Amino acid sequence: MSYVGIVLISHSPKVVEGIEDIIRQVIKDVPIELAGGTDEDEIGTSIEKIQTAIDKAYSDKGVLLMYDLGSAKMNAEMAVEMSDMENIKIAEAPLLEGSYVAAVESGMGKSLEELVAALEKGF
Amino acid sequence: MDIFQVGHALEWMAKTNEKVQDNKEYLTSLDQAIGDGDHGINMARGFEEVMKKINGVAYQHVADVMKDVAMTLMSKVGGAAGPLYGTAFLKLSMTFKGSEVDNASFSKGIEDALNGVKQRGKADVGEKTLVDVWTAVANAFRENKGFGGEVILQAAKSAMEDSKDIKATKGRAAYLGDRSIGHLDPGSVSSFYLFESLAEVINEGA
Repeated sequence: MSYVGIVLISHSPKVVEGIEDIIRQVIKDVPIELAGGTDEDEIGTSIEKIQTAIDKAYSDKGVLLMYDLGSAKMNAEMAVEMSDMENIKIAEAPLLEGSYVAAVESGMGKSLEELVAALEKGF
Repeated sequence: MDIFQVGHALEWMAKTNEKVQDNKEYLTSLDQAIGDGDHGINMARGFEEVMKKINGVAYQHVADVMKDVAMTLMSKVGGAAGPLYGTAFLKLSMTFKGSEVDNASFSKGIEDALNGVKQRGKADVGEKTLVDVWTAVANAFRENKGFGGEVILQAAKSAMEDSKDIKATKGRAAYLGDRSIGHLDPGSVSSFYLFESLAEVINEGA
C-alpha cells in the first residue's frame, strides 16, 4: 500500500527533526522527509532541500508540503513550480499539529485531497 | 545609454555587491530592529555567490546574466530575500530574452519583476516591503522615455525613505504591528542599493 508522502519544511533543522520524532512514535509507514534550514543548516529554508525532500517522499498518491513561516512558503511554491511531478500540494495549517494530523490521515490510506480537506477543516 | 549590454549588467551586479558588502552591518541592524536580523548576512552571502558565479563568464546576452543571478540568489540566500530577489531577476531574464535591452524593454522587465515579486510575496504597495521601492522605480521607468539614472535614483531613494513611516502589514515586521513604524524597511534599503547601482551604471555608461 502506498501513502501520501509528507515534507516538513522549517527555518530550523531541529524543528523538523523534533516533529518527525513526535509523529514517528505513532505513524511508522508514511514517508516523511525533512527540509529544515539552509544548505549550511543555518536558520532559513532551501529550495534545493525542499526539492530533494519532495523527490524522496513522492509516491503515486502524491506529496503534501507543510511549512512554518512566510519565506518557507515562498521557497515551497518555487520548488513545486520547478518540479516535473504533479500531485504536490502545500497545506495551510500549523506545522506541528498539521503535520501530525496529515500523517495520521495518510496512514489511514487517505488521498492527497482528503488530507488537505482534513487540515482545512481542523485548523 | 541606448542599449543595456552584458557589460552594463555585470557592472550593475558588481556595484550592488560592493554596496551590500559595505552595508552588511547596517542592513543587519535595520533587520534586528523589526525583523529576524539576517538580511545583511543573507544579502552579503547571496551577492558574494553571484559574483563568484558570473565572474569570468563570456555571456552573450543580458538575459543569461540575469538568469544566473536569479538562480544563485534563490539557492544561496536563506531568508525571504532569496525567493523574492530570485523571482525579480528571473522575470528580468524572461523579459529580456531574445532581443536588445533598450529602455522600453528594461521598463517592461522592471514591471514584470515587480508583478512577480508581488505575486510571490502576496504583497502590494504600501505594506513596508521592497515592493514599495520597485513600484516607484517602475513608475519612473514608465514616465521616462530614455534611461534616466537620476530619475531612477531619486524614485528609489524617496520610496526607501518613505518606508520608515509605514506600518508593516507583510513580512516578518508585520508581527510587530505599530512598533514597525519609525524604522526603515531592510528590503527597501537593499532594493535601494540595487537601483542606486543601476543609476550609476546608466550615468557612467555611454
